[in-house]
Amino acid sequence: MTNWIEIGALDDIPRLGSRVVRTPGGNIAVFRTESDEVFALDDRCPHKGGPLSQGIVHNKRVTCPLHNFVIELASGQAVAPDEGCTHTHPAKVENGVVWLSVRQAAAVS
Amino acid sequence: MLDKVTKQKLVVIGNGMAGIRTVEALLERAPDLYDITVFGSEPYGNYNRILLSPVLAGEKTVDDIMLNTVDWYEDNNITLRKGETISMIDRRTCEVVTDAGDRVPYDRLLIATGSNPIMLPLPGKDLQGVIGFRDIYDVDRMIKASTDYRNAVVIGGGLLGLEAANGLMKRGMNVTVVHLLDTLMERQLDPVAGGLLRKSLEERGMVFKMPAQTQAILGEERVTGVRFGDGTELAADLVVMAVGIRPNFELAKKAGLYCERGIVVSDTMQTYDGRIYAVGECVQHRRQTYGLVAPLFDQAKVCANHLAMKGFATYDGSVTSTKLKVTGIDLFSAGDFSPGPDKEEIVLQDANRGVYKRIILKDKKIVGAVLYGDTIDGPWYFQHLRDGTDVSHMRERLVFGAANLGEGGVSGQNSVAAMSDETEICGCNGVCKGAIVKAISEKKLFTLDDVRAHTKASSSCGSCTGLVEQVLAFTLGGDYSAAPKVKPLCKCTDHSHDDVRRVIVEQQLKTIPAVMRFMEWKTLNGCHSCRPALNYYLLATWPGEYRDDQQSRFINERVHANIQKDGTYSVVPRMWGGVTTPSELRAIADVAEKFNIPTVKVTGGQRIDLLGVKKEDLPAVWADLNDAGMVSGHAYAKGLRTVKTCVGSEWCRFGTQDSTGLGVRLEKFMWGSWTPAKVKLGVSGCPRNCAEATCKDVGVVCVDSGYEIHFAGAAGLHIKGTEFLTKVETEDETLEVIVALTQLYREEGWYLERMYKWCDRVGLEQIRKRVVDDVANRKALFARFAYSQQFAQTDPWAERASHGVDRNEFAPLAELELA
Ligand SMILES: Cc1cc2nc3c(=O)[nH]c(=O)nc-3n(C[C@H](O)[C@H](O)[C@H](O)COP(=O)(O)OP(=O)(O)OC[C@H]3O[C@@H](n4cnc5c(N)ncnc54)[C@H](O)[C@@H]3O)c2cc1C
Ligand code: SF4
Ligand code: SF4
Ligand code: FES
Repeated sequence: MTNWIEIGALDDIPRLGSRVVRTPGGNIAVFRTESDEVFALDDRCPHKGGPLSQGIVHNKRVTCPLHNFVIELASGQAVAPDEGCTHTHPAKVENGVVWLSVRQAAAVS
Repeated sequence: MLDKVTKQKLVVIGNGMAGIRTVEALLERAPDLYDITVFGSEPYGNYNRILLSPVLAGEKTVDDIMLNTVDWYEDNNITLRKGETISMIDRRTCEVVTDAGDRVPYDRLLIATGSNPIMLPLPGKDLQGVIGFRDIYDVDRMIKASTDYRNAVVIGGGLLGLEAANGLMKRGMNVTVVHLLDTLMERQLDPVAGGLLRKSLEERGMVFKMPAQTQAILGEERVTGVRFGDGTELAADLVVMAVGIRPNFELAKKAGLYCERGIVVSDTMQTYDGRIYAVGECVQHRRQTYGLVAPLFDQAKVCANHLAMKGFATYDGSVTSTKLKVTGIDLFSAGDFSPGPDKEEIVLQDANRGVYKRIILKDKKIVGAVLYGDTIDGPWYFQHLRDGTDVSHMRERLVFGAANLGEGGVSGQNSVAAMSDETEICGCNGVCKGAIVKAISEKKLFTLDDVRAHTKASSSCGSCTGLVEQVLAFTLGGDYSAAPKVKPLCKCTDHSHDDVRRVIVEQQLKTIPAVMRFMEWKTLNGCHSCRPALNYYLLATWPGEYRDDQQSRFINERVHANIQKDGTYSVVPRMWGGVTTPSELRAIADVAEKFNIPTVKVTGGQRIDLLGVKKEDLPAVWADLNDAGMVSGHAYAKGLRTVKTCVGSEWCRFGTQDSTGLGVRLEKFMWGSWTPAKVKLGVSGCPRNCAEATCKDVGVVCVDSGYEIHFAGAAGLHIKGTEFLTKVETEDETLEVIVALTQLYREEGWYLERMYKWCDRVGLEQIRKRVVDDVANRKALFARFAYSQQFAQTDPWAERASHGVDRNEFAPLAELELA
């Protein structure tokens, strides 16, 4: 069951950028690609917990600002040769509005 | 752009290690200067000849040792004529003639024909199965023989002979090494070390006949045996002659170039005909010929510099060191170790561990070293040998090596060998030596980029790059001579920094997507390396026109604060010239308390750092600092950071000029400017240099009669004193020169290339010419800097704290109660 929550307007997230959504289980980073797709990931790098929301976004990837791990936005997987994975959350855009569905697993970590 | 018609023609004879290293270095310095044609007798691209030994031993394949494939030549617009030999140089018409009779004209010619193995003039030397050890063709024949035959004789117990013998043995042959003298590798080893080496090779199954003179090679069509001076005979199906090499200079000599034991060249690697250069084993320089790659690479660098018309470098000869590439045997030798009345020796012999070390001293300096069994300190001794260090203070413990002397750490150039596995190499990413070594060996890494990708070492501030390279060199041994290619800006493109900068100007490209489209970027939006670089290049090229792309800025520059490891930020307000006031200090104290800022620290650049600020607090913190008259210190920027000053003539009894005032003036003029990498200034009021101006990017040392301007210093993991640029008489001139210098760096530096690296690459004289000697150019540079400053000098903090710029950046998009 997907529980969609409205989190804001697409235009409030810069293209090739990201904004943070605060939750009791920690921050979630919501990314916007050049072609206006959105992705949501826990704002924690699998390496040493760096805030991915602060990284540079390129294509469907983000580079962690702390030590340059590159993370796939769609899967949360680190791009080889790095290893690790960040939790993803379903996100979508409808009529310029961004919706997020928080997956509980995030709260655990 | 220069096209093929107007470009000068450079012809290279010899597609080997020295020739191509020269071409690579030339492309780095002047990629478009020449239309280059390379002739090579061998039917391959360029390969790493050194590694023929591991290929023979079955530890590597021919593909593994290729340095430049045929594609590389194409990519760099070089015409490679492989499999073609030059048979004549016609100096009258400036043409070379191939063995097929084809004539090719040159404006400049580079001879890099290497050397040939010496084939002893013995009866039977032309029989089938008698070969030298020089190229892939020889190795192929040896490998073939090892499958068809059993008995091999190697004539020559030097480096090459032993490596050949080891390889053949590994391939299953019975190998006998015949040597004229009673010590193996007598040119590199003393009798004791030679004896130890012989013993361990014998344990592996190698047979020696020495001292022995070969008298004849026996056989009808193919070799069947060898006869010695004492009348004895030995059965052999393969004879490898490895008694030495002879510089290959026939071609040059026929063309009337002066030759002795090699082609005689000057300190600029030119032959007696100024249009003709020569490098590599074929040359003789100051009476020396060389047979190892390190000196040849030094020659290549000098030669390339000259060909690139940056003719300030000279070659002064090299000291060499040797390592035997037989897996499992550790042997190192360097310098001169013949005994003599004025020499002292320190010897350590530990038969149990199979260790032997002999260090030879003369006039308190190391002149030679032979190490067997434990060679870890080889590079360290070699460094001291080359530097001519006075080692008398560590004489007692010298033989135990670097680790025992507590040398190493920050400045210890060659100390990596002596470091323990736990030693941290990359401070930023916490990577220790053991992890790097492990990754290199297990994952078969070969280049700095590989190591960066796999371990993160040297991928951040980059100051440990030198150390990581040393770890690479030390772990790979002889393998790490792979030449650096003309470096693309990043993995998203094949174009170099210089190409990109040039095309931005030529094609009037004014946005990042436009550059990527025009230059056919391989990725959709680039990556974290190229986007910030492009953003900077566009900003520096089109001041006032280009709109800074925040999403292509590294986080620190996007939010104008420094991210810390826990995701909080640090804030450093500007303190002009390191001068502050009670009210500023009070405001800083108030801010720290109001926002619960956990750490307040004084920085090395004479200002105060507030660490641990939460991102959402940043605008409010800045607003308070702004209210007290303070602005951003750009402590996060690839831009002007600090101007460190001393109190100078205002207070100091030694002060000659108002160093503080000058520092403040420089900072007020230059703050806000973006540069390829960070720029730090220092101004000292007298040569006592309390502001440490001579290790800064730009430093001023005041003297009675004026101002000495220095630049290109560094004091990070690399420590380098500045270069003296010029001396001027007034503050105004000081400002003009420094600003012009910075502008030149802004226009030519590669992104993230510090000023000292830029100076290394471009050359001090070139820079001085354009900034000091050419006054009109200096003034033009100054004017361009001043123009761009009108768009740069707005306080980014005020914009964000009070004018709502980038408001979204600092607030969350949403706060969810329930997750
Ligand atoms: C087996 C082996 C192991 C070695 N191990 C080491 C080591 O551990 N450490 C070390 O420092 N050095 C080592 N060396 C030495 C090192 O390889 C040489 O010093 C280096 O390759 C010399 O470079 P070069 O460019 O002068 O000559 P080369 O690399 O020999 O290049 C010369 C090229 O010119 C070509 N050529 C010659 N005449 C003509 C012509 N008329 N027309 C067209 N082409 C021509 C040749 O075919 C050749 O390809 C080793 C050498 C060998 C053979
Ligand atoms: S502050 Fe500088 S020296 Fe210290 S760990 Fe960080 S990058 Fe290295
Ligand atoms: S550098 Fe010279 S003038 Fe400046 S504080 Fe030191 S001694 Fe005084
Ligand atoms: S925390 Fe993200 S790369 Fe290290």
